[in-house]
Order: sequence, then structure tokens, then C-alpha cells
Amino acid sequence: MTVTEITLTINDITVTVPQGATVLEAAHQAGVFIPTFCHDPELTKFGACRMCVVEIAGIRNLPASCVTVATEGMVVHADSPAVQEARKTVLELMLANHPLDCLTCGKSGDCRLQDYAYLYGVKTGSFEGERHCYPLEDDNPFIVRDMNKCILCGRCVRACAEIQGNSIVEFTNRGFNAKITPAMDVSLAASDCVFCGNCVAVCPVGALQEKRLRRAARTWEVRKVKTTCPYCGTGCSFDLNVKDNKVVGVTSCDGDVNGRALCVKGRFGYGFIHHPDRLTTPLIKKNGIFVKATWDEAIGLVAQKLGQVKAQYGSDALAVLSSARCTNEENYLLQKFTRAVLGTNSIDHCARL
Amino acid sequence: MGHLSELHARCTDQYIEKFNRSRVIVGLGTCGIAAGGDKVMAAIQHEAASKNMHIDIDFTSCIGICFREPTVEISLPGFAGVIYGDMTPDKVPYLLESHIINRHPVEEWAVMQISEGSTALYENITKMNDYPFYSKQVRTVTSRLGRTNPESLTDYVATDGYKALEKALSMQQLDIIEEIKKSGLRGRGGGGFPTGMKWGFVYQAVGAKKYVVCNADEGDPGAFMDRSVLEGDPHSVLEGMAICGYAVGADEGYIFVRAEYPLAIKRLQTAIAQAEKYGLLGNNILDTGFNFKIKIKAGAGAFVCGEETALLTSIEGNRGMPRVRPPFPANQGLWGKPTNLNNVETYVNVPFIINRGSDWYTSMGTEESKGSKVFCLTGKINNTGLAEVPMGISLRDIIYSVGGGIQNGKRFKAVQIGGPSGGCIREEDLDLPVDYDSLTAAGAMMGSGGLVVMDETTCMVDVAKFFLSFTQTESCGKCTPCREGTKRMLEILNRLCSGAGRMEDLDTLERLGRVVKNTALCGLGQTCPNPILSTILYYRDEYLAHIQDKRCPAGACSALLVYQIDPDKCKGCSKCAKNCPAGAITGGKKKPYFIDVDKCIKCGACLPGCQFEAIYNDAAPHRNNCRPATRRTA
Ligand SMILES: Cc1cc2nc3c(=O)[nH]c(=O)nc-3n(C[C@H](O)[C@H](O)[C@H](O)COP(=O)(O)O)c2cc1C
Ligand code: SF4
Ligand code: SF4
Repeated sequence: MTVTEITLTINDITVTVPQGATVLEAAHQAGVFIPTFCHDPELTKFGACRMCVVEIAGIRNLPASCVTVATEGMVVHADSPAVQEARKTVLELMLANHPLDCLTCGKSGDCRLQDYAYLYGVKTGSFEGERHCYPLEDDNPFIVRDMNKCILCGRCVRACAEIQGNSIVEFTNRGFNAKITPAMDVSLAASDCVFCGNCVAVCPVGALQEKRLRRAARTWEVRKVKTTCPYCGTGCSFDLNVKDNKVVGVTSCDGDVNGRALCVKGRFGYGFIHHPDRLTTPLIKKNGIFVKATWDEAIGLVAQKLGQVKAQYGSDALAVLSSARCTNEENYLLQKFTRAVLGTNSIDHCARL
Repeated sequence: MGHLSELHARCTDQYIEKFNRSRVIVGLGTCGIAAGGDKVMAAIQHEAASKNMHIDIDFTSCIGICFREPTVEISLPGFAGVIYGDMTPDKVPYLLESHIINRHPVEEWAVMQISEGSTALYENITKMNDYPFYSKQVRTVTSRLGRTNPESLTDYVATDGYKALEKALSMQQLDIIEEIKKSGLRGRGGGGFPTGMKWGFVYQAVGAKKYVVCNADEGDPGAFMDRSVLEGDPHSVLEGMAICGYAVGADEGYIFVRAEYPLAIKRLQTAIAQAEKYGLLGNNILDTGFNFKIKIKAGAGAFVCGEETALLTSIEGNRGMPRVRPPFPANQGLWGKPTNLNNVETYVNVPFIINRGSDWYTSMGTEESKGSKVFCLTGKINNTGLAEVPMGISLRDIIYSVGGGIQNGKRFKAVQIGGPSGGCIREEDLDLPVDYDSLTAAGAMMGSGGLVVMDETTCMVDVAKFFLSFTQTESCGKCTPCREGTKRMLEILNRLCSGAGRMEDLDTLERLGRVVKNTALCGLGQTCPNPILSTILYYRDEYLAHIQDKRCPAGACSALLVYQIDPDKCKGCSKCAKNCPAGAITGGKKKPYFIDVDKCIKCGACLPGCQFEAIYNDAAPHRNNCRPATRRTA
């Protein structure tokens, strides 16, 4: 099937996109920057923050480009005076109800609100008035929730529903008092939240932060090292955040397998890396006590014992159970070894459980 | 299809039979009940039983003259029905004795008389058509209101009910849609979208399952058109929806009614059960093979759920928040299926158009706005109530003829149309014809039909503040400009009304208004700045007075009132000082008293107590009118 294409202009740049593409996508292709808060390509289109508004010839208001489908011959102005005024005003409105504690905010340096305020030269203090004063939610080991910083973009709501399939958080209340909460406005800890932290990964501001990471390092102090999660065979990628040669946290990257989704173990279970109790060599039990050994010693011992059992009782006296934490390749090799070397088909895997 | 004609004949016989007996009918709409109609009803029943009177006692809904509720109609066989207003239980014995036993209507309590068919008229009672409230009205959508028993299928069928459905079921679907298109009917929910065109979209939309939804959320403050129709003529809504269902190919309908309308919900439930019983709803309607069921969904009272996408989301069981259109409900509505969504009044127009033809309909109204429109007259107007007028009538006619002018002989100042989405219209524009486009051009909008009249004592800044405080609390909170922008606009208006306004506040209001209008996601946000922008445009002076002089010219913003005592009039009686809870008034024997502005809490307790009318403020101005401009000294 051929894809029909349509051509439009954005800031006088002509661009051709597949039919059905949004104006935002077309702008991206044309190299025109449009700021967004609530838009996330992985999540349902929401059209709520109104940061991405543009002017389109023949359309009365300033539509949100993230939810406006591009049409043939459309003439879009993404930076006209009306658009600039609207974006600045939206930012001012967000800042008027924001704690502005960037000095101590763990998100500083990686925050869209901060970036756009800088980009559009928005000063604070345009609208004095009521600000929210919600208590900080810090009663769980993983996530700090500061709803005073929330800009209600609804990304966490959609991530929870659409990526994690849990729908723990939702919009509650109306108007200025609208708030994202678990049912009955309890804390995450008191809800059915599984602490996958996928909401943290999508939050564009400092409302949701990884507790230990954001207390260990400023955003610009860390080096990100992309790696594969060792916990299971799914093979999720993520960025280890490294400061002073130590892993201080995990953040999502755009993994081929997982996108930004992770589970609680992958995202928050990195404490073992620098743990003093961590094993660094194989151990062999001698006279009832584990004693440090080299790999050669350990593997030699295993080979010797397996050979002994096979010689004495035959291959079918042996069985092998492999681990879900191994990669596919490792598991393949193990079954090959079991069948070809040990000579038994008795091999299984813990993920069956 | 012999079915309906049989039913029609039977119902008509029963209906006509009623007129052969003496009847007493009490108006029991919500307004009637609130005014004490149920107590009047009880008194009538008691009186009739104790005097052993052979009369029919029945009820109806509000006929529109809410300002005269409770109303009672008495009709004797062969005579016109007389409608009495302001009834109370203690008037009942005399009323029944005079009108029923002695056959003398009580002229001084009578509002008007209505002659059905060839019944004889009384000499000294105004005929409905001559009664000023009705003389410029047309009654189509409201024709059964106050005339039939809303819980009686007999009354409905006898007054041509379900005839249009029967006729429609013998027509081609597209012919029905074409007829609606030709009628020029536009959506009565506020937007004025051509109804026939919408039905056409739903008809064309691909899908085996389609829905018909009726928007009876009616959240505008001061609006009660839809409630009156639902309470007074529920079957007509069902009939309109069923015709629509057949035309667009839907077999299921929902009525979204706000839960604050329990009487409307009850009467709809009764009507649905009756219609199902007689095969007018449900499976195989009138033996044509057409199936159509209607369910009621009670809304939890969020204004934003009147917005169509929020409404559908709410029926689906989710939080009522608007979503971006397109896709429009016509293509992806309830549970993603093609859905036709119209307002109550829109559906009620349909059976009339099908019965009487689009030519009849287009004979009323203007070029672009056909038919009639129901308005709720409220505010500082003499006749508050429900009025159905032909499109194109002037606002002046509505206010002065139908509405009977301004209360207490005060001067007209503005009329607010379109509720929180609308704007204010000045004296200069009162001759504008009421149609969708003229009102929009004047900075207001037709809206759903709320019409609030304001007089010289109304402060326009306060009006803007009222509507903004409504939209601010009703904003769903989804999009930034509406959620945060309304809050800041409201804060600024509060500041102006408390005397702390600054000149730059006007620019900020205009900028915020412009941005919120341009960028909000749904109609609520896009229109909520209208009350501010239109009042700044037309009543800038009043805003300036609040900011520069710290004065409210209408005397409505209590924080800006400065109470003073005219030393020439003060006789030193000290009564005011005793009435003042703040101890702000001092003086001595035979010396004029004095109000300390800093201590005064502006409660007004001193004002009525002064026999010598020596105390004054903006709301109760100084008689000599020569006081210096009141500036706050604080
Ligand atoms: C905030 C908001 C509130 C609304 N409230 C109502 C309402 O109470 N009743 C109604 O019929 N339409 C209401 N509407 C308009 C509906 O979205 C929709 O346009 C209308 O019901 C369509 O029916 P119509 O074509 O028959 O007018 C509202 C719109 C907005 C934006
Ligand atoms: S917590 Fe973050 S992701 Fe969730 S709505 Fe608020 S700003 Fe958006
Ligand atoms: S304009 Fe207001 S009511 Fe409409 S979606 Fe936005 S926040 Fe909600």
C-alpha cells in the first residue's frame, strides 16, 4: 500500500509528510522547533499543556500542533507574535504556581519548565496570587512526589495506564485545584503502585523524582552509561548514572526492547552494585565454610563433580536449571552443554514458574 | 401500523372526555413546587374531599410564568380555563367555592384565560394571547408545557404525540435528514451547528453500532429551559431522539441529565416505561422492525460535562474531561462509535418539523436562524420565567414586552446572554435581532438561552467576577490556560472589586483573556473570557472608576463603599453609633456624628436606622448630590 503524502509549509519551509501526520511531527521534520510538555510520542495524544500552539491560516484560534493533523497546503506559523505571546503566557501561568526552588531542585538542569523559561525569557512574578501548598510526599523508598511542582501535563497518568497498565494515578478535583492523585488522594505507598517509576521517567518537571539519585547528584554531574539490565532476560536498556566512578542511579534511555519502561528492580534495584556484602570471587565450601576461590578452581571443581556423577550414575542422573537472568545466548549455550556434553535432556528454566 | 391510530383514537377520546368535567390543575414543575404548589395541591384535594366536590384534580408543569407560581388552572365544561397566580393554600376554599360551585371566576386572582377549541371566554379576564408576557411568544417547543399532564401518555398521544415518529418510520432515512436540513434547524445547545448536517455526518459514518445522545446537562447559571421541557413534555424528547435514531441508523440512545434535576429524571423514566409498554420504544417499534432503546445517565453536576466530548467520556464511566476534536462524535463518539449528540430543545423541535414540514418551520425566524428559541428570563426583570420567542425578535421586545421591563422602575443597564460563555449587550444594541450571528457579532452569543437582565445597580466588574468564579471552579483543569488563567483573571477581578486594582491590571486582563480564548482546549476555556472582554469593551469607565477612584459607580462592591454622614442632616440622635458593630461612629450630643473610614467594616448596619437620611454611600447616594468624589483615605 502506498502512503499518501501531503505537503504544507511551516515558517515558510515546505515539508512533505505522510497523511495523518500531526503539525508537530511535520515541524519536527522541517527542523522547526516547537516546545511541548504534555506530548509524548509513546503515549496517547492529550493536547493539554497548550505550549505547542501554532497559528494556522484559516483557523480561528491557536490550535495545539500535537493534536492537529496536517493537511495539504496548510500554512503554519510556529513562531508568530500571537504564538509567542501565548507560549510566554502559558509559561508565566505555570511559573505563577510553581515553587521556583531551582537552586535545590533535583531536576534542575534537566527540566523543561526551566529550559523553556530560559528560551522564552520568561521572568517570574507576572501574576501574584495563590500557590499550591501540598505536603511533600516522601514516605516511600523510591519516588519523591512534589505536587506543588506538577504542571498537570498528565504524562504520568498516561504512562501508568498505557505503559504499565496499572492506572494508579488520575486527575482529581477541578479548576485550579485539579491534582494528580491515586484513588482517594492517598500516597503512592498506600496505593497499589508497584513503583516501576515509569511516571518518573516521563515527568517533564521536578514533580516526580528518583529519591536516591536526585539526592546523590545534580543532573549535570553524572555521566550516563547505557547498559542492559541484568535482572532478567527481557534485555531492557537503561542509563546508569555515574558520578565519581560510582553508579548513583538509573534513568530510562530509549531502549530498543523497552523504550523507557522499566520495572522496580531495574530502575531502583541498583543498590547491590557498590554493596559491601557483594560477592567478588567464587566461593567453595570447605569443611562447612565458604572459602574464596579462583574461577579456575571453581569451574574445575564443578567439571570434576559433574563428570563423576555422569560416570557413576549415567547422564540421566543429572539435571540443569537455568536462570531468567541469563541472556538468550547464555541459555542456549547451557542447554547445548546439557544435551551434548552432559548427555541429558533434563534442562529447565526458572521463568517457567 | 394500525397500532398508533388505534392508540391515538383511544387517547383522544379520553383526553376530550376530561374537558367534559370540571377540572382543577396545579402547576407542579420544580418552580411551582418550590413556590408551594404541592401545598396548594394538598389544600385542593382536602377541600374537594370535604366538600364532596365532583371535580378532576390534575397537575401539569410550568407554563412559563414562574413569577406567578404557584399557579392553578380551573376549567368548567364549555368554558375557557382560567389560570390563577400566586396561589396559597388559604385562598383555595374561596377559589373553589367561587369558581366551581358558584361558577364565578375570581377575577382579581386570575392571570389569564386559555380557550381550548370553542370554549366560551369570560369577559373580564385577559386572554393568553393578549397577556403581554405571551403576546410576542410562539409556543412550539413549549406548547404542551402547562397544558398537558407530563406523566400521561394519553395527553401526549392525544396532542399529536408520536405521530411524527410514525410518519418518519414510513420515510427514507435520507429524506428525514433532508427535511431537517431544509428546516434550517440549528443546535440549541449553544453552538448553533446545523442539525441536519450533523445527522448527515452520523448517517454517513461507517459502523454497525451507532448512538444517539441527548445533552440535558444544562449547567449554565440561570438557565432552566431544558429542565422545563423535560419536566413538562418528556415524551417529545424521546420522540425526537427516536426519529433521529431511525434517520442515522442508531438503535440505542442516552439522555445525560444532571442529577440536580430529580423531577426531570423521574418524569423521563415514567415516559420511557410508558413508551416501551406501548411499543413506541424498544424492539420492533410500531411493528416496523426498528429497534430503539433509551437509557438515562445522571450526571454528577459538572458544568464541563455539558461539553460534548466530556459528556461522552462521562457516560463511559470516566472523569468528564474534554478531548480534542476531531475526531468529532459523529465519527468517533460514545465508546468510539458514531454518535449523534444534540441538545434537548433541538430534539424537541424535530417532531414538529416532521409533522408540519420544513416550510412551516422556515416561516419563523431570520435568514440564518430559523424557528423559535426558548429563553429563561432572569435578573432585574419584572417577568422572570420561560419564554419561547421567534428567532429574529429584538432583545428590546424580549425585555420590555415579554419580560415586562425592569424591576422597580430602575434603569436598564445591560443584558447578559449566553451565560458564562456569553457577553453583555448594552442599551444601544437592544434592537439587534436575536439570531446566532448577530449576537456573536455583538460580542455575546446565543448560548443555550439564559438571559440575565441587569439594571443600574449592577456593577459590571462584579458581573465579570461572578461568571469567572463560576468558570474557574468548573474548569476541568486539563489545560493550562483555562485552569491557571481563569484563576489569575479572577484574582485580578477580586482585587479590582476590593479597591486594590492597578492600571496595568486592565492590560493583563485583556492579555489573559485573549490568550485563554485563543489557546484553551474546549469551549469552556475558549469562551470564558467573554464576560470580561465584553464588559471591558463596553463598560471601561466602570473598570477605571474601580481602579483610579476606588469607587464602584453602581454601589455594588461593598468593599468600595464609603459610608459618610451629612453633617447638615444629622441631628445627633446617636442611633447610628449604637447600631455600628465596629464602633466606627462617634459624636456628641447635638453635634453631627462622624464615621471613621478606617474602622468602618462597610456592613451597612447604620444606614437604614437613620430617620433623617443623613447617612449615604454610592449605593444610597447623597440626596443633594454635591458631595466630593469619594476617595478612600486609607
Ligand atoms: C463548557 C460547555 C458546556 C456546555 N453545556 C451544554 C449544555 O449544558 N447543554 C447543551 O445542550 N450543550 C452544551 N454545550 C454544547 C455541547 O458541547 C454541544 O455542542 C451541544 O450539546 C450539541 O447539541 P446541539 O447541536 O443540539 O446544540 C456545552 C459546551 C461547552 C463547551
Ligand atoms: S507529575 Fe509530572 S508527569 Fe505527572 S502530570 Fe505532573 S508534571 Fe506531568
Ligand atoms: S478549556 Fe478548561 S474545561 Fe476545557 S479542557 Fe481546558 S481546562 Fe478543561
